[in-house]
Amino acid sequence: MSASENSGGFRIKGAGRHTPARTARFTFDGKSYTALEGDTVASALLAHGVHLVGRSFKYHRPRGILTSGPEEPNALLDVSRDAARRQPNVRATVQEVFDGAKIASQNRWPSLTFDVGGFNDVLSPFFAAGFYYKTFMWPREAWHRLYEPIIRRAAGLGEAPKEVDPDHYASRFAHCDVLIAGAGVAGLTAALSAASTGANVFLVDEQPEVGGALHYDAATTIDGQNGYDWAQSAAARLKAMPNVTLLTRTTVFGYYNHGFIGLAERVTDHMARPGRDLPRERLWQVRTKKVVIATGSIERHMVFANNDRPGIMLASAARSFLNHHGVAVGRNVGVYTAHDSAYEAAFDLKRAGVSIAAIVDCRADPGAAVLEEARALGIDVLTGHSVTDTAGRLRIKSMTVVRNGGSDTRKIKVDALLMSAGWTPSVHLFSQSRGKLRFDDSNQRFLPDIYAQNCVSVGGCNGTDDIAELIEEASAAGGGSVSVTAANRFEWTGGMIGAAEGAGPDTAVKAFVDFQHDVTAKDIRLAVREGMHSIEHIKRFTTNGMASDQGKLSNMHGLAIAAEMLGRPIPQVGLTTFRAPYTPVTYGTLVAHSRDDLFDPARKTPMHALQAAAGAEFEDVGNWKRAWYFPKRGEDMHAAVNRECRTVREIGGVFDASTLGKIEVVGPDAAQFLNLLYTNAWDTLKPGKSRYGIMTREDGFIYDDGVVGRLAEDRFHVTTTTGGAPRVLHHMEDYLQTEFPHLKVWLTSTTEQWAVIAVQGPKAREIIAPLVEGLDISNEAFPHMSVSECSVMGVPARLFRMSFTGELGFEVNVPADYGPAVWTAIRDRAEALGACLYGTETMHVLRAEKGYIIVGQDTDGTVTPEDAGLSWAVSKKKTDFVGIRGLQRPDLVRGGRKQLVGLKTKDPRDVLEEGAQIVADPNQPKPMTMLGHVTSSYWSENCGRSIAMALVAGGKARMGETLYVPMADRTIAVEVSDMVFFDKEGGRING
Amino acid sequence: MLLIHCPYCEDDRSELEFRWAGEAHIARPEAISEISDEEFAEYFFLRNNEKGLTYERWRHIHGCGRFFNAARDTVSDRFLMTYKAGLPKQPVPVADKMAATAEEKTVETWEATEGDAR
Ligand SMILES: [Zn+2]
Repeated sequence: MSASENSGGFRIKGAGRHTPARTARFTFDGKSYTALEGDTVASALLAHGVHLVGRSFKYHRPRGILTSGPEEPNALLDVSRDAARRQPNVRATVQEVFDGAKIASQNRWPSLTFDVGGFNDVLSPFFAAGFYYKTFMWPREAWHRLYEPIIRRAAGLGEAPKEVDPDHYASRFAHCDVLIAGAGVAGLTAALSAASTGANVFLVDEQPEVGGALHYDAATTIDGQNGYDWAQSAAARLKAMPNVTLLTRTTVFGYYNHGFIGLAERVTDHMARPGRDLPRERLWQVRTKKVVIATGSIERHMVFANNDRPGIMLASAARSFLNHHGVAVGRNVGVYTAHDSAYEAAFDLKRAGVSIAAIVDCRADPGAAVLEEARALGIDVLTGHSVTDTAGRLRIKSMTVVRNGGSDTRKIKVDALLMSAGWTPSVHLFSQSRGKLRFDDSNQRFLPDIYAQNCVSVGGCNGTDDIAELIEEASAAGGGSVSVTAANRFEWTGGMIGAAEGAGPDTAVKAFVDFQHDVTAKDIRLAVREGMHSIEHIKRFTTNGMASDQGKLSNMHGLAIAAEMLGRPIPQVGLTTFRAPYTPVTYGTLVAHSRDDLFDPARKTPMHALQAAAGAEFEDVGNWKRAWYFPKRGEDMHAAVNRECRTVREIGGVFDASTLGKIEVVGPDAAQFLNLLYTNAWDTLKPGKSRYGIMTREDGFIYDDGVVGRLAEDRFHVTTTTGGAPRVLHHMEDYLQTEFPHLKVWLTSTTEQWAVIAVQGPKAREIIAPLVEGLDISNEAFPHMSVSECSVMGVPARLFRMSFTGELGFEVNVPADYGPAVWTAIRDRAEALGACLYGTETMHVLRAEKGYIIVGQDTDGTVTPEDAGLSWAVSKKKTDFVGIRGLQRPDLVRGGRKQLVGLKTKDPRDVLEEGAQIVADPNQPKPMTMLGHVTSSYWSENCGRSIAMALVAGGKARMGETLYVPMADRTIAVEVSDMVFFDKEGGRING
Repeated sequence: MLLIHCPYCEDDRSELEFRWAGEAHIARPEAISEISDEEFAEYFFLRNNEKGLTYERWRHIHGCGRFFNAARDTVSDRFLMTYKAGLPKQPVPVADKMAATAEEKTVETWEATEGDAR
């Protein structure tokens, strides 16, 4: 057996552009086949006479290969290298065969030739348009038990792999002067022209080689060469130019604002053994000054009864399989057409030795030139005839032909049927760019009309059919000039949209408009009869054009059938908007590097590793990882937190506070600026002191809080909440730049410059004293709320005397790189004295014991300083600050507002749930009047009871009152209290 | 993704580098504590949200950090001009304005296409 026989009995010797000796083995549904390098899965299967490749979505009808390109709606297959490298819904007409590929059909059970779901075809009256909305309305229960499981199993297209994707994907940004989408005659000409001006050019094509329509069109000669050969030499010339980037196997999938273009490059999907270092796919994000759209046009199928059997395909597809892949799609082929172009498929096949059963042309007057050629080749042409039916279960066996308007039918035996209803310009990218289309009535097609961006359409997608005109247009679009001469053999005329003879409104036949979603002409008419008058409603009711092929073949037919039913001209019925992506793009391409650790990068403090080594459990706070608690052997979270809480109050604790936001506010007007941004007065704060500050928005609600230390007359060290740092800096910059630009102030984010180690508890001073140099930290010399620059272990430091626990406390700020060393020294001293490390959970409990709020937990953007019991922090003397006017709004000064109070459960062991609602009378009828909700709630080991904070309407006037927290299983009685649960006198802080 | 001209950097940069910052030319009242509730509502709560030509603020947050003003057509997303913060509202060049209005009539928007279906 020769290599060419090996690679399929339908190979035609001397046809095609592949090398017979270069073979690749693959399996389809477990059976092994040989292909030639360069084959698509479709051409390789057709070479072996395999047409049946799948079952349709709704009716499970046997389906074959309809096209030879990315518009393929039928031949969607599962392609894998191994268990993890498996992708469903791959178009057989796009995927190149590689050695070792395992390919499987989809949507069939138990097998492709016998599929149980095929009963759906028999039951098709129940699956008519709108069946989703109607058939399964009742009874409700049946949805869960019956309909949904059946629909899910039967209707799902393909199966997603369950393993993690082992491949990696890349992403690139690029800029260029001209980006050309499509490397057919028009695109190549435009690229040669643009490149000649020295412009930076991107030429992009989705196929493995350039050439576009020249893949199938063997009759065009350019510059004296065969068209395809000319295309390859033009590509070689372009590739050699330093200002040209030529990308093949790359789809221009999106045309966005301001010349922003999305490209998906398939790097390894065609390779047998891709190198590990290669990304599988690459996302290109290109910003271009100009776009030349040279995307050509897509052939339409004919809409007639049973037009979906395996073996029925587009005429241009058959030409492509023959002229590019060297494969005949049958031995006895019929043609059904409304356009001259299909004749050329018959000519090519006939010359290759394939018998042509007949050309059935629904037109009375086809082009004279093609008719003459058909006659010369001895091909039977039936003009004014139509194909009204086909036969053959798993492959077409015959077509039924009738004279238009007549009733005598005759069956003609065929093993393949090629069809063409004409060509639809590919205006997808133009439409995505927000350009406006017009309807070309004489040719029944939508064409670019008004441009919204700097782009130009050339060639087929612009309705330019004449090749000389096309070249002129493309050359001009490139901005330079290039001399190319080309000639076609035949001029093409014809085309139709809508249902053909025998599939009209008076019939009930299955004439498919949308193959992927199994939408027939009848479905579209039904939608109109049921009251859908807009194409957008018809589309949704029938799902026509809503499959992953976005109706590349079906939209125009669907529109024409709807327009006919509505009795309105096509432009008035409208065209649905084309959306990106042009063809499906994998998640891997879009995600690129943003996965695993890079998906949402974690922020870690300088002491992260040390805390992890100490056994910390971490919690996520924004992007930060914060030590949550430090369990010792045998401790659960509860036990660990209780121990940490007790130890901090009895001896001391060390806590990583580095995540707090830090902003350095510097300049002669720094105090004045802070006066305007915070409710507090800052000009009265002396250098060396710090103060708790509240920031409100103009509306008077609390926005952020934190301690601000004044290091010098013109220098403040501002701290913010952990999550609030970026927005607080943005907010400050906004006011500084746009409202108070006269102030001389500079703002710098210093969050990550400082490692912050909080040391809290009665022995806090004893712990740090030996490490601090150049500063007297006695209570007298360095009282509560002092701040100073000093040195700690020889490292320049900022030391704060402050407390978020109510204990004697310090916060040691050292440059981030020194954090681990200083942390280690402090920790060693602390542990030697019996103190411990503690995490955010203990920090939360200890601050709640003292009634200190956490902005964002105890406040929610509708809480004023007064509501939070912090009116002492609002200056009464200032004449202006952000929020001063908002705080005077009637709703903010009225009585009965929700105020922050403490709650004590009557049973001290009950710990309330945060977020639980609070009512006055638990026996009132529902819906109950809610008084507020629990904002913070913990078990307090130090108080020996549960403690909680809550926002309660008129809360401060309810001290001692009993309120109720209704839960699902019971109601919990609580007493309203103040928020200080521990050390009410507050003496410990001054220890 | 939009391409935005930063008037401080004097360069066209990708939208990724910017953050939108609301309607432009809303000045904080001088003696804010003395204004009426209605004036406060006008200043703080009410926005025009106009279709078509709109003046808005952007910040080159991942660049120079500066706030600036922009005149943008919300239908075509075309920036008609950008200018520095603090400058008064700039008139849009007439030619651009006409182009912007022409686009408003011709560009397919959700309202113009899908909206018709309702
Ligand atoms: Zn800038």
